[in-house]
Amino acid sequence: MKPEELTAMAEKARKQDAHFSHHIHVCTESGCVSSQSDVLLKNITDEVQRRGLKSKVCVKGVGCMGLCCNGPLLKADDTMYQFVKPEDAGAIVDSLASTPVAELVCDTKQPFFARQKLIVRENAGHIDPESLADCVAHGAYRALLKVLTSMTPQQVIAEVSVSGLRGRGGAGFPTGLKWATVSKAGGKTKYVICNGDEGDPGAFMDRSVMEGDPHRVLEGMAIGAYAVGAGQGIIYVRAEYPLAVKRLTRAINQARREGLLGHGLFGSNFDFNVEIRLGAGAFVCGEETALIASVEGKRGMPRPRPPYPANSGLHGCPTLINNVETFANIPAIIERGGKWFATIGTEKSKGTKIFALTGKIKNTGLIEVPMGIPLREIIYDIAGGIPDGKAFKAVQTGGPSGGCIPAEHLDITVDYESLTKLGSIMGSGGMIVMDETSNMVDVARFFMEFCMTESCGKCVPCRVGTYEMHELLDRICKRQATMADLNLLKELCDMVKQTSLCGLGQSAPNPVLSTLRYFENEYLNLIQSSPAGHTGDGDHHVALEVLS
Amino acid sequence: MNTPVDITTESITLQIDDKDVSCRKGETVLQVARENGIDIPTLCYMEGLTVWGGCRLCMVEIAGSPKLQAACATVCMEGMNICTKSPRLENYRRMIVELLFAERNHVCSVCVSNGHCELQSMAVKLGIDHVRFAYRFPHLEVDNSHDRMRMDHNRCILCSRCVRVCAEVEGAHTKDIKGRGVLAAIIHDLDQNWGESSTCTSCGKCVNICPTGALTHRGTAVGEMTKKTTFLPYLTLMREAQL
Ligand SMILES: Cc1cc2nc3c(=O)[nH]c(=O)nc-3n(C[C@H](O)[C@H](O)[C@H](O)COP(=O)(O)O)c2cc1C
Ligand code: SF4
Ligand code: SF4
Repeated sequence: MKPEELTAMAEKARKQDAHFSHHIHVCTESGCVSSQSDVLLKNITDEVQRRGLKSKVCVKGVGCMGLCCNGPLLKADDTMYQFVKPEDAGAIVDSLASTPVAELVCDTKQPFFARQKLIVRENAGHIDPESLADCVAHGAYRALLKVLTSMTPQQVIAEVSVSGLRGRGGAGFPTGLKWATVSKAGGKTKYVICNGDEGDPGAFMDRSVMEGDPHRVLEGMAIGAYAVGAGQGIIYVRAEYPLAVKRLTRAINQARREGLLGHGLFGSNFDFNVEIRLGAGAFVCGEETALIASVEGKRGMPRPRPPYPANSGLHGCPTLINNVETFANIPAIIERGGKWFATIGTEKSKGTKIFALTGKIKNTGLIEVPMGIPLREIIYDIAGGIPDGKAFKAVQTGGPSGGCIPAEHLDITVDYESLTKLGSIMGSGGMIVMDETSNMVDVARFFMEFCMTESCGKCVPCRVGTYEMHELLDRICKRQATMADLNLLKELCDMVKQTSLCGLGQSAPNPVLSTLRYFENEYLNLIQSSPAGHTGDGDHHVALEVLS
Repeated sequence: MNTPVDITTESITLQIDDKDVSCRKGETVLQVARENGIDIPTLCYMEGLTVWGGCRLCMVEIAGSPKLQAACATVCMEGMNICTKSPRLENYRRMIVELLFAERNHVCSVCVSNGHCELQSMAVKLGIDHVRFAYRFPHLEVDNSHDRMRMDHNRCILCSRCVRVCAEVEGAHTKDIKGRGVLAAIIHDLDQNWGESSTCTSCGKCVNICPTGALTHRGTAVGEMTKKTTFLPYLTLMREAQL
């Protein structure tokens, strides 16, 4: 594709759009599709057709609008509707010419929408992820064009460094620094990998980005590839995300057909291709070295680092591996500049972050908020507080690798540093809210069970340590534990954290450590109320049979 | 193949347990320590095979680094100051070995490898006289299908030495690992009985390299199974000489 063809494509799509006097956007992401938004979309299309309004009303499927708990969501011109059933289609189409269907209206002025700041998700709800023309009309590939026609790889890396963007996959590693490292690594063949494994329970941010704006991810990868000197990209998506896989496949085919992927993009001498690899849903395959092993066709198991993928990754070549959301931030940074991006957020955490809100809150769904927003604002304003008049108890961030934050710390700001200081982590963006009825030992046991079943089995501390920690937590929950068990649990937490090979094992004790930090009395109550608890010594003293 | 980076001729100096030592750039902490008579315990490491980094017994402290590092996978650097023994490390090592005993059914008194087992001698060396963790007592099989060798899953510590020697030295890649976590297990080909494997050459390298009584020759009685691992350094030396 030549540069002017991109502009022409956007113009044409915009002109076509201008013919419509009304727009109906139906969410077609996994959440809403599970409550029949696909049928709803079809019904609306049929109703529009039946009324002979096909040339006046534009009906399209769009990405997630965020308030998933009230889905299916639908936008008819400026009115948002919630809980829309397939049989409401007729009424909605009729309302275009008259007044909105009052009982279905969803207030877009409520804090849930008003307090968000959209960068990565700016097009969600506006574009049809299955239409390249629609995406291009909304700015897709403009940043890539800018990069290929007016920037050197060094300038791209400098822009990303200035933005202060940090990896959204969990660890928060500075993206510019990572790109610079890969670009400096020797070797002709380099790879770019997009990590879309998203294994945290309760997290669906990356899925939403891949389903709702797949071209943005491809564009971010292409820019990254140009910056580091790679020619081949791989998107690793879990097979449990069939819709994301479908949309990405479609997007790749479209981009390839139009020359937005392939040889000599925009008349430059930069070649870039992308292929999709499906993961079988192992949490550990989100860890970069395990992911690379999996792409190479090996068993998905981490290996000791260094060497880091930046120096020796896929097939031993320098490899840039970033998270979906990280890549999706890139086009905006290139278009509006690193300086602009750096104005959002806190001193060390820039930009916005998408969170998946779940648990005991009124509004569950996806939000994108500026870094540094007070946690209280997320829980009480955006999420609408705790339902049924219950009291807030804690919020778990960072999934099974993270920790909980209790009510007394609700006023902290949400950024990498302050979450780490409280013993939790930003993680990939899951937020699970618990109310006063939640039993924190049980919460710790739940996450430990997850780690135990997801441990790859390579190293002993994680493989057997998570089993034994789970066993001890189970015993505490069932009121069968003693103080000796609790002490053993603490010792195990320390050992597993210090000696495990990869991040899974190193962070598996975190939920236990953080519940112990803030809710130790719950552990003690369970132990003191157990029949064995008072004896104090429940050590198993099983002598090894023969050791000589 | 043996170390994370190629060994060069450039030499560097460092300290291990307060002892000044020198080595070639690219050598690992474990290699250099052993060359200098400093013992760091390992179960999954085998000279001549790729580094696995799974047993975590060789974790050492490096001055100035908050994180412990596995000696087998850490390349020496100029001026490093490494501590291989401390109460903390010994405690971790003991716990790791205790975990191994709790994981499967290691009943030494009725094992053909009794007295010649690396796990057993490791426990003795680390002064382990009891296990504080709940035993899993899993129900595991003994694969008796091969006419010369036997795999007893009850005694396997998943060190993957057999998998690596089979793939990297024998070139057969008969063995691999299936499953996750404590349910992981050694398999033959596509999880078939060993005796039905079409790739196994019956070379017996895995038996000799297995640290425990998990892989043994058939027809051995309690305590009779001794292992001969000398073939591996020999083969490695021959291979390097050919290059
Ligand atoms: C157990 C484990 C699971 C992980 N899962 C994911 C994941 O699902 N998605 C992801 O992007 N990163 C995941 N990571 C982090 C990756 O290893 C890697 O740091 C990340 O993809 C780098 O991208 P970023 O710099 O853009 O964050 C995981 C790490 C560990 C230790
Ligand atoms: S820490 Fe757990 S997941 Fe990571 S390598 Fe070890 S066993 Fe595998
Ligand atoms: S069978 Fe032996 S060599 Fe193989 S993994 Fe088990 S203990 Fe290690």
